[in-house]
Amino acid sequence: MSRQKAGAETLLKPVISPVSAGKSRAWRLEFDAIRVRSPWWTPVLSVLLALLLCAGFIAVNGMNPWTVYAKMWNGAFGTGYGLTETLVKAIPLLLCGLGIAVAYRISVWNIGAEGQLTAGAIAATAVTIYFPEIPAVWSIPLMLVLGVAAGAFWGLLTAIPRIYFGVNELITSLMLNYVALLALDYFVIGPWKDPEGFNMPGSPMFAASLSLPTLGGTRLHIGLLFALVAVLIYYLMIRFTRWGYELRMIGANPVAARYNGIPITRHILLVMVISGGLAGLAGMVEVSGVSHKLMQGISPGYGYTAIIVAWLAKLNPLGLIVSAVLFGGLIVGGYSVQTIGLPSSVSEMLQGAILFFLIAGDMITRFRVRRRSA
Amino acid sequence: MDFVTQLLLAAITAGTPLLLATLGGILTERAGIIQLGAEGLMLMGAVTTCLVFIRSGNLALALLAAAAVTALLGMVHAFLSVTLRANQTMCGLAMTLFGSGLSAYLGKAVSGNPLPGILPRIPLEFLEPIPVIGAIFGRLDLLTWLSFLLVIALHLLIHRTSWGLHLRAVGDSPATADVMGIRVHLIRYGYVTAGAMLIGLAGADMVLTVAPTWNEGLTAGRGWIAVGLVIFARWNPVRALLCAYFFGALDSLGFRMQLLGSAIPPYFLKMIPYVVTILVLMYLGYRDRGKPSGTPESLGVPYVREHRF
Repeated sequence: MSRQKAGAETLLKPVISPVSAGKSRAWRLEFDAIRVRSPWWTPVLSVLLALLLCAGFIAVNGMNPWTVYAKMWNGAFGTGYGLTETLVKAIPLLLCGLGIAVAYRISVWNIGAEGQLTAGAIAATAVTIYFPEIPAVWSIPLMLVLGVAAGAFWGLLTAIPRIYFGVNELITSLMLNYVALLALDYFVIGPWKDPEGFNMPGSPMFAASLSLPTLGGTRLHIGLLFALVAVLIYYLMIRFTRWGYELRMIGANPVAARYNGIPITRHILLVMVISGGLAGLAGMVEVSGVSHKLMQGISPGYGYTAIIVAWLAKLNPLGLIVSAVLFGGLIVGGYSVQTIGLPSSVSEMLQGAILFFLIAGDMITRFRVRRRSA
Repeated sequence: MDFVTQLLLAAITAGTPLLLATLGGILTERAGIIQLGAEGLMLMGAVTTCLVFIRSGNLALALLAAAAVTALLGMVHAFLSVTLRANQTMCGLAMTLFGSGLSAYLGKAVSGNPLPGILPRIPLEFLEPIPVIGAIFGRLDLLTWLSFLLVIALHLLIHRTSWGLHLRAVGDSPATADVMGIRVHLIRYGYVTAGAMLIGLAGADMVLTVAPTWNEGLTAGRGWIAVGLVIFARWNPVRALLCAYFFGALDSLGFRMQLLGSAIPPYFLKMIPYVVTILVLMYLGYRDRGKPSGTPESLGVPYVREHRF
């Protein structure tokens, strides 16, 4: 009964009413199917709501959420040291997040940034192990090239099954994460183990000449500039080139794009190579700029956090920088609450919750309360 | 026990969590909702089991709690993907990230603590004389038997009952189902919740049999392997059984070869299940090119009544 009523009404309107509509109420909820973009404040509200939800979990654990959040904020942004650490963590997040944003623009769900980063780190370390003799002028560019190439190759391994065999890239890219991490285990425990490392897993420390230059005596390294330049290039490419236009077109309507002769498979291949290459670059700058050796846990899940970074930024270049810094702060803040006896996984929990609210928020804001006319 | 029997038993033990998670995935996806949150749901199931079992000492209560918590998360997934019509890929990803973060946070308190008991085994000694497989039956635990029953029950449900017909209709053509008077949203909510519960039980089984203590991220991608197995099994419960045990065998093969003193470094043996997952999916894609893959036709498409463009 009520079904038919709703049906007849919406025939003439572009808006679509949910199932609950049609009952004799003075107002109803309508879903706006046309407006795809959600308002600018959804990311902000999502972060706040996630903080609120996780406050509940922290309170259950018998801690005062306010103290915990204050501690996290202080640890991440309160001191000069904290701020540099936050920026150091933001570098790989920005690079991986940028790679993910490029892929997600055309709905290629690459979740393999973690593995691509690891592949880049392994390749960069290989230079220090097998070519210790060559001068730094050559070895750092070589590390860069090999790191990017290894990440790109790892991305290619995801793209090829997708294009030629129709395998869902989510599964492939995630499986390859585990493969890359196991390969890392093999190298740091097996052939590349530091003979003077007291039997601890990890490669020997890089020679000082193989480290990336730092900025002004802090731990902040030149990788920050790489990341910012990459974001700028992304912005210019998306905005002003034919390639960027085609990507935007595939993202908006893949069917229309195909009818217009845009080679979608070639774009998928290229996008995965870029995505992997950027993550590989992140891996290279991590080993060469921060840890100065290859070891287990060089990435505390940067590849996964970067997914949320990209989604929070709505794949927007400027947004990427803001959200990378925010999540860098979240990771550093997570470490700083360990001193008051909380696990650092507080920050992981927060990250997941932010993504949840973000997805829900993007859709909820498309529902409108409408007065019933007639 | 000879080598074959041992390998079979190991395949079943390692394969049961995969089987339960795959069955959960099949139920969810048959209703037309993509379930990519399996990894997070398994972790939440595992951590809930550990917390409740260690605190209360009651196994039944622990399993119930695991089912309840994951059912709740399943409802969240259903709310996002059915009611809010959100992107189901991102929903699943959010579930995985949130599940691994929350489980790591909650599990820190019991990390590394041994569980107070194991799953009760169902002794069926009278089957012992049967060659090769007889010895296996006496050593299977409760959840393994439950998974056998579930395979049969779900097979009958999906292919032999009117409920199953409704389920398949909702997954293939929700608009048609709606016209027939089937309540599409209700059915989707129900099966997403039930599927999430099964995936949660898979996590519980994982922590009770394969790895007897809680460790952060202990599922190590098995939730994702189960996502692949759903495709591998072509959304069919009986095929899921065979696929899950095949992967269980691969999983335990690495460990066994290590025990036998294989020259291959263990890290490469551990890569086998992940690499084989990709290769198998590639083979299936090659074999079934241009043919219907058995995918529910409306998988991943939110159903909106009166949607006409």
